[in-house]
Amino acid sequence: MAHFPKAHGVGEWLDHRLNITALKKVMMTEYWIPKDINFLWAMGMILAFTFKILLISGIFLLMYYKPDVNAAFDSVNYTIMQEVGYGWLFRHIHAVGASVIFLVIYIHMFTGIYYGSYKKGREMIWLSGMLLLILFSAEAFSGYMLPWGQMSYWAAYVITNIFGGIPLIGDELVVWIRGNFYVADATLTRFFMLHVLLVPLAIMGGIAFHFYTLRIPHVNNQTGEDIDFGKEAEKYKENPKRSKIIPFWPVFMAKDVFVLSVFLLFFFYLVFYNYGFAMDPVNFDPANGLKTPAHIYPEWYFLWSYEVLRGFFFDIGPLKAADIGLLAFGFAQAILLFMPWLDRSPTVAPANQRPYFRYWFWIMIVVLIVLTIYGKLPPTGTNAWIGFASSIAFIVMFAILPVITEKEARTVAGGKK
Amino acid sequence: MADKSRRAFMGKVLGATAGVGAVASLYAMKRTWDPLPSVISAGFTTVDLSPLEAGKLSVIKWRGKPVFLLKHTSDITTDEARDIVIGEDRYTVVIGLCTHLGCIPEWRENDKIFHCACHGGQYDPHARQTFGPPPRPLDIPPFSISGKTITLGDEGPEYKKMLTMA
Ligand code: HEM
Ligand code: FES
Repeated sequence: MAHFPKAHGVGEWLDHRLNITALKKVMMTEYWIPKDINFLWAMGMILAFTFKILLISGIFLLMYYKPDVNAAFDSVNYTIMQEVGYGWLFRHIHAVGASVIFLVIYIHMFTGIYYGSYKKGREMIWLSGMLLLILFSAEAFSGYMLPWGQMSYWAAYVITNIFGGIPLIGDELVVWIRGNFYVADATLTRFFMLHVLLVPLAIMGGIAFHFYTLRIPHVNNQTGEDIDFGKEAEKYKENPKRSKIIPFWPVFMAKDVFVLSVFLLFFFYLVFYNYGFAMDPVNFDPANGLKTPAHIYPEWYFLWSYEVLRGFFFDIGPLKAADIGLLAFGFAQAILLFMPWLDRSPTVAPANQRPYFRYWFWIMIVVLIVLTIYGKLPPTGTNAWIGFASSIAFIVMFAILPVITEKEARTVAGGKK
Repeated sequence: MADKSRRAFMGKVLGATAGVGAVASLYAMKRTWDPLPSVISAGFTTVDLSPLEAGKLSVIKWRGKPVFLLKHTSDITTDEARDIVIGEDRYTVVIGLCTHLGCIPEWRENDKIFHCACHGGQYDPHARQTFGPPPRPLDIPPFSISGKTITLGDEGPEYKKMLTMA
């Protein structure tokens, strides 16, 4: 058995047993962050914090929510909104949080793309981030079903139907996922389980893994400089001013917390004064499986991929429009995973310092915004053609990425400056 | 030496147990998501077609979807590939969801068309599309005939024959 000397004080007593001092060093006071970063590097912490807000508000909603097709709608729209003290507040926080977290995820992702933070040892950070994106999408989709309004029902209907496009097993798979031939009570109860237990658990694991993947490569910085963290850590201990890095705690956190506070002001402004965007009016009609809403559309953060799904509205040769759309949709979901390998240039630098990538980056943003806008509009007339063109553009952009970055690697001799 | 082979043996036993356990658990988990027996039996709906009035649409619910039942009047042409024939009478039996984007079309008795209000799609009395965006006729649900009743959800010989003619 290990030997335990007599401790003087609670801290020491705990330290003997849990080695808190060493843990604090490894996790906080000697986990190093570059000085040369800006507010965009606070997005990760904002995400972690917003997830916490969602978790807490969700726990309070859970106490009155009833997962049953006959009770769900009223338990949300009547009990929680009208009767429970501050129930409306928790619902608005949860709805606004779910929407805003995607905004921040997209900013966080495109910060990574802009600064090339997904290559040269940072591939696993990117992949674990994409895992979180997938998990958050599953969480948002399953949560949206719970109020059992018209949009809940028909979004569930359309999305589960997508699996019907898989060859051979498609039809049976849809019935299996729904637990019924249509979206019904069995569908609601299983997605309820996913939303309140399995997916949040996976997200917590995913966040821990994402943090761990940052450990060895460390975060990138504004110029993409390859910092020797060991050497800079020595310098910091001699004279903090001369080092290129600072410890995560307490020095870096002070800055993160400042950005977080600004974010929270914005967040609670939305919660109290501008929550409408996160509460679709159509969803205040109870679910009705025999009456389709005139337009079915997902929440804003899924619109770009929804538009890629609908973008192909005519058959090409033997391929049916619906199948092409499905293939394009699958492509759109999967392609971002491969970002570290599609970008063939070894240069880690901000996009504006890279010859072709600077255009690629901004065109990509425009394409995604166009897809998002048109994803909400009815797919008729010119809208359908713009949707088609931008879906094609989306695919072409990823097809040319390896070509232009290969060219960059050759022109900028030696790659990294 | 003996120690090593003993450990190798235990490794194999562990591997086999874990493998069997994993397959068995996955199967059991998959089964929990299968539709319940009550759901499956509710997936078969039997209707007596004889009381229908020619030219008037009746709508019933089958697997959560509306199903149109229409007994033909004599001025409606025959369509061997889509009509359900029982004795002298001919019927259109289709899932009442527009094949464009899933709205529920209405039957216009005087014009003898199905009209979809969402994007103006139209279908003839056999539910074949005649105008607008719908890409194909309304779907025919699986059915079987016995006497004057049909059972939706059950693939009878008449249904299978229809599939080959479509
Ligand atoms: C919602 C869940 C997420 C949380 C809680 C989270 C959290 C964090 C945190 C705390 C950091 C370090 C600070 C920073 O650079 O912002 C970070 C970095 C990073 N994350 Fe995430 N993240 C999430 C989702 C994602 C997604 C969806 C991606 C994209 C696929 C992603 C990709 C990255 C990358 C590439 C870095 C490194 C940035 C750099 O080195 O400069 N993360 N994340
Ligand atoms: S849904 Fe019927 S025409 Fe579009």
